[in-house]
This record gives sequence, C-alpha cells and structure tokens, in this order.
Amino acid sequence: MANTEAYITGIGLSEVGVRLTRSPMGLTKDAIVQAVADAGLTLAQIDGVASYPGKSHGYLGFSPCGVDEVIEAMGIKARWHFGGGEIPAQLSAIAEAANAVKTGQARHVICFRTVYEAAAMSRPDEFPALRRDTVEGYSQWTAPFFATSAACWVAQYAMRHMHRYGMTREQLAQVALNANRNALLNPNARAITKKPLTLDDYMTARPITSPFCLYDCDRFTDCSTVIIVSAGDAIDEVKSTPIRIAATAGKVDRWSWDQPEWMASYATGPDLWAKTDYRPKDVDTVQFYDGFAFFPITWLEALGFCEVGEGHRFIEGGTRIARDGELPLNTGGGQIGAGRMHGFGFAHEAVTQLRGQGGERQIPGDPRVAVATSGGGPLAAALLLAKD
Amino acid sequence: MNPPRPKPKLDADNRAFWTGGAEGKLNMLKCSDCGQFTHPPRMICRHCQSEAMAAVAVAGTGVIDTYTINSQAWQPGLEVPFVIARVKLDDVPDVILTTNIVNCAVEEVGFDDKVRVVFDEQDGIWFPLFEKVR
Repeated sequence: MANTEAYITGIGLSEVGVRLTRSPMGLTKDAIVQAVADAGLTLAQIDGVASYPGKSHGYLGFSPCGVDEVIEAMGIKARWHFGGGEIPAQLSAIAEAANAVKTGQARHVICFRTVYEAAAMSRPDEFPALRRDTVEGYSQWTAPFFATSAACWVAQYAMRHMHRYGMTREQLAQVALNANRNALLNPNARAITKKPLTLDDYMTARPITSPFCLYDCDRFTDCSTVIIVSAGDAIDEVKSTPIRIAATAGKVDRWSWDQPEWMASYATGPDLWAKTDYRPKDVDTVQFYDGFAFFPITWLEALGFCEVGEGHRFIEGGTRIARDGELPLNTGGGQIGAGRMHGFGFAHEAVTQLRGQGGERQIPGDPRVAVATSGGGPLAAALLLAKD
Repeated sequence: MNPPRPKPKLDADNRAFWTGGAEGKLNMLKCSDCGQFTHPPRMICRHCQSEAMAAVAVAGTGVIDTYTINSQAWQPGLEVPFVIARVKLDDVPDVILTTNIVNCAVEEVGFDDKVRVVFDEQDGIWFPLFEKVR
C-alpha cells in the first residue's frame, strides 16, 4: 500500500470508571499496551505520539498526562510527537497523526486521550479544581455571569433550535435514550450506565440549564483511550484489520463560544465532504460527540444527513438512529452512556463497528464507512473512516 | 447570597469594557479606520487589522438572541434559577454579549425581548447585566 494513506490499526481502552484509584499514567499505559497488542505491534515499532490537549497544568483532571511523559514512561523513541489544545478539536490529534504518517514523519503513532475528572473531584489535594475566583482569556466572557459550564453555552443554541425550528424535549430525549440502550450492551460502559432510562425518567429528571436535564449531559469519567495510526507502507507490519482515515476536517470561522451564529461543526461538515468522494448516503454508522445531547443533532445537520433545522425530526422516535436503523448513532452509548472519554471514544467505537467487533451492540450487515466527530462550540473535528 | 462573580483580570484590551460602568457606560472597542467593532476586545481590529482602536460608549440596548434558565448551582451558594442570555446589541453589529437577565422572574424572559444594560459593581469591576425594557 502506498504511503499516501493513513490507517487506524490499533485501539485500546483502559478500565472506564468513576473515582478510580489507578493513576492516570497507569490507565494510559493500560490503553497503550492494549492498543499496541491489538495492532500486533510492539512498543519498539512505535515512533510517534500525539494527544489533545496536552497536559492541563491548571486543571489536571481534564488532562493529567503529557505527550512528553508518555514518551518517557513507555520508552518510546519518537521521531514525531504532537500535543496541544489549539487544534480544531480532540480528534484533530488523530488527523495530525494521519498527516504525519502520510508524509513519512512517523510509521506508527500512538494517539491518546486520558481523562481523570471524576477521580480529581474526589481527590482535590492531588488534582486541584480549576480556579474560579479570577478569570482571563475566553472564560472572562462567560464565567462572570455564572455561565460556568459549557452546558450553559450550548443550551442557548439548543433553546434557539426549539424557538426557531420547533425542537421538543421529547425529540431531544432520543439522544439520551439511544445512548442508554446502546450503553447497556457495552461492557466498557458498566460503571457509567447501570439501568434502563425511560422517556418518563427523562422528562422528570433534574433540570440543569434549559432545555438540558441531567441525562443530556455526559458524565465525568476516569479512563484512557488510545488510537494507533499507521502509514500505508507500514500496514504489512500490522495484524489487525486496518481502517483507512479517508478524510479529516476541522474548520472554524470564529474562535468563540458565543460570538458565532453557528457552532464550528456547521463549517466542518461541508469541508469533510469536499475532501472525499464519499457522500452521506455511503455512511453506515455515525459516532457523534455528545458532551451534551444537542451536539449530535447539530452534527447530523452539519454533515448533511438532514437539512439545518431538521435534526430533531431526523431522530424523532429514535428508530432511525437505533442500532438496526438507517443511521446507527453512538452505538457504544457515546459519552452520555459510556462516559466522558472526551472525543476519542467516538473513533474507538467507529473502528470497533467497522471491524465487526461490537459484540452484543454490533450493528447488522457489513458496515464499511463511519464518521466520528468531536467538539462543540468553536471546536469541531470530523474523521471519515473506511474499511476497504 | 450569591458568591462573588469570577473577576476578570484587567489588561489593556479589556479594561474599558469591564470598568466603563463606573461612568454608566457600556464601552466597546471600535476601529477608527474601518468603523467596525471588535469583541471580545483586542487592540487590533479583527476586520482590517488596524491598531487605531478606541473605546466608545454604545447605547447599551439590545435584544435577547437566545437564553437558558440555569437551575444548577455551579458553586456553593449560587442562587438558582437564573437566566443566562446572549444579547445582540442594537448599535453594535455582529457582536453578542453573554450576560444575565435580571430584575424579573425567569419565566418572564423570552426570545427577542428588548433589554438594556444595568451594571453590577463588585470589587472594581462593573459587570454588564441586562434587564427587560418595559
């Protein structure tokens, strides 16, 4: 295979839990070891490391492990490494790794995202919370108004969809209900989703910030997710079924959570299709970022699976996005059902489904094309993945 | 009693915005060359990259673009529910302010409501909040 292509060749996921005591680097190691074995590689063959957003010194629970620390801990001789938050969104770390292997800068790249937000909350002495008394940079435009969480920012876009396009809470609920059904079949989600969710549970749940209730928000989780990206001319070294990264996109017009009319997903969707001959009709499953339940609706619209303002009608009743529907969504439960892996879980699940390794949650047929996305607000990244 | 509002760190870019309320003014940065506003404030015009930026007092009136009724106490003592809104300013095209709508019940807030600025001063910062124009 020519070196003009990049493939996902290994996936790994540590224990996924809430308030785990295993260290962040321990979880990261677990996921790396699993992913390297999954690809049929050895650590000695890894020559690149990438992550988003790099170590978050001001809020360690958000990102406790740096690329530099992983290189050191795992004994990797890196020819290329990359880490940072100022990229389109979480999955852009994988897109950059694809660019690196396509241009010969590395052959096999570990891409990781480790989160420790639940454990950090229970051990604030070790993992201090974000300072909230003084703010600078972007948060000065929201935090002083107690718009503390991204939930408050995204809820306003969702409210506008209700006002402008008639979205109802019953329609929005389908994201959480779908996530719950799928998570119950996902062994990796057992610490996060333990019992079925009904529409009545949803409609009477504790409100967070309208229209979002508790079940519209993902849950802080401790885990590490690893994706290995390999060069086309290194595929012969790999023992797994390679999944091609057919296109990537991440476009932003305004880097702001409140100034733009639309979130960056709406610019990113058309940009993805401009880079490939695939079209929405070719896609067998979508794994859409669901930090909040409204995001998948925006990704459906942004990627042209329906018109802008129609996403809530697309998912109405939940049959179309179910595992046996025309466009299975978040088949592992997404972040709402399976925990806040912060973006990388969507690539992990897309590869799982394309390989036919979804077990009880595997979608029928022989899925060949998937879209995985991450981000909200000014963050947006989309990967188009294909099994050739 | 609400906790103190998180306090913005003042600098050359944002000082006029966060302190204008001392004179009852909602200050925004306007480019003297192209006449357009840059917000969040920065001493380089985001439209033409001119550095001829000046703080000007705008009318302080606008409409609610969208909003959310927040029920979650994100900090101990935070009184809920309250309204977080995106306000479009009447005389500042393409600028949104995230703010709170105050001095009315949360149920009274709606899309396209006309609002005007009121300032909440805390520790040298004048936070621009908005209330409905009745």
